[in-house]
Amino acid sequence: MDEKKQELRIEILKYIEKHSRVDLGELAVLLGVEETDVANEMAEMEKEKVICGYHTLIDWDKAGVEMVTALIEVRVTPQRDRGFDRIAERLYNYPEVYAVYLISGSYDLLVTLEGKTLKEVSRFVSEKLSPIEGVLSTATHFILKKYKDHGTIMVPKKESERMLVTP
Amino acid sequence: MRNPLSKKIIDIQPSGIRKFFDVANEMKDAISLGVGEPDFDTPWRIREEGIFSLEKGKTFYTSNAGLKELRQEISKYMERKIHVSYDPMKETLVTVGGSEAIDVGLRCMLDPGDEVLIPQPSYVSYLPCTVMADGVPVVVPLQYENEFKLTVEDLEKYTTPKTKILIMPFPNNPTGAIMTKEDLEPVAEFIKEHDLYVMSDEIYSELTYKSEHVSIASLPGMRERTLVINGFSKGFAMTGWRLGFCCGPEVLIEQMTKLHQFAIMCAPTTSQYAAVEGLRNCDGEVEMMRRSYNQRRRFLMHEFARMGLECFEPFGAFYVFPSIQEFGMTSEEFATRLLDEEKVAVVPGTAFGECGEGFLRISYAYSLEDLKEALGRVGSFIQRLRNERN
Repeated sequence: MDEKKQELRIEILKYIEKHSRVDLGELAVLLGVEETDVANEMAEMEKEKVICGYHTLIDWDKAGVEMVTALIEVRVTPQRDRGFDRIAERLYNYPEVYAVYLISGSYDLLVTLEGKTLKEVSRFVSEKLSPIEGVLSTATHFILKKYKDHGTIMVPKKESERMLVTP
Repeated sequence: MRNPLSKKIIDIQPSGIRKFFDVANEMKDAISLGVGEPDFDTPWRIREEGIFSLEKGKTFYTSNAGLKELRQEISKYMERKIHVSYDPMKETLVTVGGSEAIDVGLRCMLDPGDEVLIPQPSYVSYLPCTVMADGVPVVVPLQYENEFKLTVEDLEKYTTPKTKILIMPFPNNPTGAIMTKEDLEPVAEFIKEHDLYVMSDEIYSELTYKSEHVSIASLPGMRERTLVINGFSKGFAMTGWRLGFCCGPEVLIEQMTKLHQFAIMCAPTTSQYAAVEGLRNCDGEVEMMRRSYNQRRRFLMHEFARMGLECFEPFGAFYVFPSIQEFGMTSEEFATRLLDEEKVAVVPGTAFGECGEGFLRISYAYSLEDLKEALGRVGSFIQRLRNERN
């Protein structure tokens, strides 16, 4: 890929990572390029799975929806030939599992899970996760408050204190 | 009773548009495009370093010229950015904002009657500081046709045997104009030919959008003729910390340090510790802000083109300087009506010198959302003006 194309891609990605709903025409203006170039690059990156999806950051609390999020540390015995992948797969196929990461350090997999209640999450851990062959132990942490999520600070922003006009 | 005031201070006219500023600043419900400071908070790592220095009890004076480690970082920064080496101990002075360096610099360089060439439109303090330093300000009006760059033709018209200093206010507030290396070269030749000194106010040097900022001090033979002024306010979003610096020939910095010592003692200690972190570890944050300004700049230019508002494309600072001459009113009338009728505050070009007449300074140190809202109002305002005239 030539340098200019790569540069444009990075510019697009940096912008839409935070503002995925931007109008393509507007994005083209902001980046100083043609709208068709932006549209083409985005289509290509969607196809190549560089862009994996367009999601929305929601404060479910404010939306009045009960939701608990748990971080579960999982220690596993890696399997011959397949390492951690098979166990990871058994986990990530559950729709309530939000994310699965292989982690360096004192445990192996970090699973984030969303459920309606503490009980629902605990039940998933005891009935589905722990019994998987190869899982040695789990430790479940419930998230009490989200201060910052996906790079966005979730607490209200202060008002600007700048004067209206200054030289 | 005797008059407590000096003739000098009385003779300095308060800015003609002070009244406009006062009215605008009282309008709490107005949207503004009139601010000369970044909308970004100071990067957290800089603020955190300031807090940490307070926790450690670093609340004493620093050495007059500034913390040694800060001056060392400044020296490295100058080497990195403008490719000029300055001795951190002898050729670098940390000041209370770039503005102190302007004041102290002029006071150390001028004898009564020495003339100072001040290109305008430009920042408001060069002229009064020259007068207070017993110099004679000579305004050099910059031309829209030249995209408000300074040319040798401009200089030839205003240079006399008494001329001593040329102020170089680039990247420029309020026009957003920059001077490239090619633009600077003939000016530098002129300076050497006429044995002048340059005070180069490069406070917006981090904010250029076309090519890297070039300092006139980096041109051959110019280092020893130039006082470079810079600071943390714009590029590092640190206006309220009041921290600037200047670099120049030892003879000048030595005397400036003397005056600074008597007048100020030293720049704020907390700000100095914070700034060390800024110079060491904030390239990423500065780049992020520059990228964002550039996007807004493009957006504004696009919107002005759509409205049919005449404007040259500026490549520096965070201002655009559109012409409003088609509406047949003064900048101040335009700005006052825009404020009254649409509650949008912009700064009349005349705030930065008479030759700013017919122009407005519009700042893009605002979020895209704010810019959209404000420009929508500007758009309907100029539509109304055009209808009135037809």
